Amino acid sequence: MSFKDQFTHMHLDVLKEIGNIGAGNATTSLSKLLNRKIDMQVPSVQLIEFDEVMELAGGAETEVISIMLRIEGDAPGSMFFILSPLQAVKFVNQLIGQTSDSVSQLLDSEFHRSALQELGNIVTGAYLSSLSDFTKLDLYPSVPLLAMDMVGAILSHGLIELSQISDQAIVIETLLQEEGNEEEIKGHFFLFPDPISYDVLFQSVGISNHE
Amino acid sequence: MSSEVVQVIKVGIADINVACPPSILRTSGLGSCVGIILYDRMLSIAGMAHIMLPSANVEKKSTENLAKYADTAIDELVRRLINKGVSSYRLKAKIAGGAQMFQFNTASDTMRIGSRNIKAVKEKLQNLKIPIEAEDVGGKNGRTIEFDPATSVLRIRTVHKGEKMI
Repeated sequence: MSFKDQFTHMHLDVLKEIGNIGAGNATTSLSKLLNRKIDMQVPSVQLIEFDEVMELAGGAETEVISIMLRIEGDAPGSMFFILSPLQAVKFVNQLIGQTSDSVSQLLDSEFHRSALQELGNIVTGAYLSSLSDFTKLDLYPSVPLLAMDMVGAILSHGLIELSQISDQAIVIETLLQEEGNEEEIKGHFFLFPDPISYDVLFQSVGISNHE
Repeated sequence: MSSEVVQVIKVGIADINVACPPSILRTSGLGSCVGIILYDRMLSIAGMAHIMLPSANVEKKSTENLAKYADTAIDELVRRLINKGVSSYRLKAKIAGGAQMFQFNTASDTMRIGSRNIKAVKEKLQNLKIPIEAEDVGGKNGRTIEFDPATSVLRIRTVHKGEKMI
């Protein structure tokens, strides 16, 4: 059975619920941190080609700010929180109470970088802890790492494990946006469980992978 | 500017394409992946591969996509160029990519994939006796690359370090 054939609608629904719970908690913590109302869209779970993964995030060459972490423990994987550079500046300004910084300042200033790093720590930590609660699995985050670069260069890192057995990726994606400004996409969560983690994730919620 | 319309032929992730003037080859957002260009200056024909992994893993039920791995992608690239009438002894290579996008403390295999990809590409090219004319590999930056078969110039764009031609 090929990688993609092992997933039924029910399996994809479970992954969607995982994205829902994780990103929901992360969005709440981001709202509190910034003291703004931030909404989460219904997560999407898709089985798509690698190139399509990059298209979801605006195309491989799009410049983004990313917080990436590895999930260790029972169900290893990679997680990315991705923001446009402008949005990252907005978030950092709200967090530290400044208004005038540009994207280049954001990256040059150690202070601003740490603020963004901390924001990433809190948001990704919230995602992971609710995922861990929901599945009763032991999941440990690595130290989240900050990068600003082309989204293709960043997200392809999350596809390495998967690419060893499959030409498609399961993408658990959630969009965030500030309330009252629905046109603009504010942030993306991408969760890429390692191939060995799917069985563990499904079993944790009482579904066998081979029925 | 030439009067002909330049057509960009895209090379996706784990993908291969061949082009001749006025078309150029382009692949976007190389991170730990490596872009390999093989070209014949005399015939102005070039091929580009965007590989993700060093070699096909027999144990893990690897897939059929030859373009995904350094070793199989280079073989496939050579095969397609020879089909176009290129002589293998005239082939030269330029390579770019293989960055380490995230600096983890743990030196796990996944984290060092960039340097492993570069090594695999170089070994394969050496085995086939294809000289590497120019390279821009390693570092911490993503790259978008464009190769013009008419001039054999490889243009490399990065977010933080601007553009360069090799």
